[in-house]
Amino acid sequence: MAGEGDGGVGREARVPVGRRVFLSLGALATLGVVFGSRLQSAARGALGTGLGGLLPFGDRFRLYSITGSYPAIPPEAYRLEVSGLVERPVTLTLADLEAMPATRLVRTFQCVTGWSVPDVEWEGVALSAILERAGVRPGAVAVSFDSYDRADTESLTLDQARLPDVIVAYRMLGAPVTREHGGPVRLYVAPMFGYKSLKWLSAIRVVDRVEPGFWERNGYPVNGWVDGSIGPRAPAEG
Amino acid sequence: MATRGRAGEVVRFDLTQRVAHWANAALFVALIVTALPLYFGSLFGLVLERHVVEMVHLWCGLALPVPLVVSLLGPWGASMRADLARVSRWSRAELEWLTRLGRSALRADKFNPGQKLNTILVGATIVVLLATGAMLQWFSPFPVAWRTGATDVHDLFAFAVTLLIVGHVALALAHPSALVSMVRGRVSRAWARRVAPAWADELGVGEGVGATGRADPTTGRADPEPVAST
Repeated sequence: MAGEGDGGVGREARVPVGRRVFLSLGALATLGVVFGSRLQSAARGALGTGLGGLLPFGDRFRLYSITGSYPAIPPEAYRLEVSGLVERPVTLTLADLEAMPATRLVRTFQCVTGWSVPDVEWEGVALSAILERAGVRPGAVAVSFDSYDRADTESLTLDQARLPDVIVAYRMLGAPVTREHGGPVRLYVAPMFGYKSLKWLSAIRVVDRVEPGFWERNGYPVNGWVDGSIGPRAPAEG
Repeated sequence: MATRGRAGEVVRFDLTQRVAHWANAALFVALIVTALPLYFGSLFGLVLERHVVEMVHLWCGLALPVPLVVSLLGPWGASMRADLARVSRWSRAELEWLTRLGRSALRADKFNPGQKLNTILVGATIVVLLATGAMLQWFSPFPVAWRTGATDVHDLFAFAVTLLIVGHVALALAHPSALVSMVRGRVSRAWARRVAPAWADELGVGEGVGATGRADPTTGRADPEPVAST
């Protein structure tokens, strides 16, 4: 960084301020990358979620849409089609979903690219209950999901789909799921990275093989476990 | 090394430096403008196509070091390299001026210590933003905790450099001759003598050259030196 040339008067001793500041900031940034997430949780712990939410970074959803716009679906027009290798194909309305037993979860939403939002409240119907209602036929291996945006797709193995913390969510953050968060109904796959939680869920298809979804065809792992393990795992508590 | 301009004027920034500065500035503006909807997604998400914004941000980010690197390394970069050395290596008096927040005597160089520090901070921040930005885009080799850390560092440095740029623009607007010199390249000799006396000496247009021994006006900035021609 610091050049050899004598840019100035040159009769005094020169201090390599440029190099020092450069290296200090570089070291600081490196420490921040390596320990930043621990620091963030420590700060959040110290400040509580209320004040912690006011930190100038972290703790916020970064919204993605692969089509460039958010589908607008009036709640009363919402339909969820359940089809494929099932005994009783059904089409569920929002009211149908709300009438089923509710599952409530409070979890950290973790994006594969690094950002996370702690203590997000979710409410919806366990995917396993919907599969049970439709009746999974022998030979079924996986479940594929479609979105109202007509672009995003996702998939889970049948075992993954039956985990108790995989839900079809209609409430998030203490309110109906908003349009930009994938409302009125979206998938929430708690043990996996955010991209698995498909927004604007339109269809559930029970199929005989795993069909990698949009993000997986674009390089993300098919099994997006947050804790890095590969196979199905025991659901975590809390 | 600095060439004389028109009569009564000296060159402060040559064409290479001005092009590099404004290219860099344009990229920073594009990056800040595209960062807003990416960061404050819920405010802008409904209006803007995120993917397009993201791509513009990514490519502007990748292009960010280009004006600086090209202007420094090319055969056209003599003034860039000379000024980089000038900005990087400080005299004790300059350090003292900065640590005492301008309340010590200094015959200012071509750039005062505040300007030098600004340059260094922006340069270092570019490297940090580029490195963490690349980690966010090509994240797969890194553990999730590092991705989180990179997100935070990227956000924090982006906030800081935005504030720095706001301050930089405010000071430029408050000192129009300095601002104009980044457009036209030249400043008057009188300005050089008043604002950057040590540099004026170097160019041979200063007052402190030789026997008069005006080595130490109390401050470099508000020096009411008479503008006598040499």
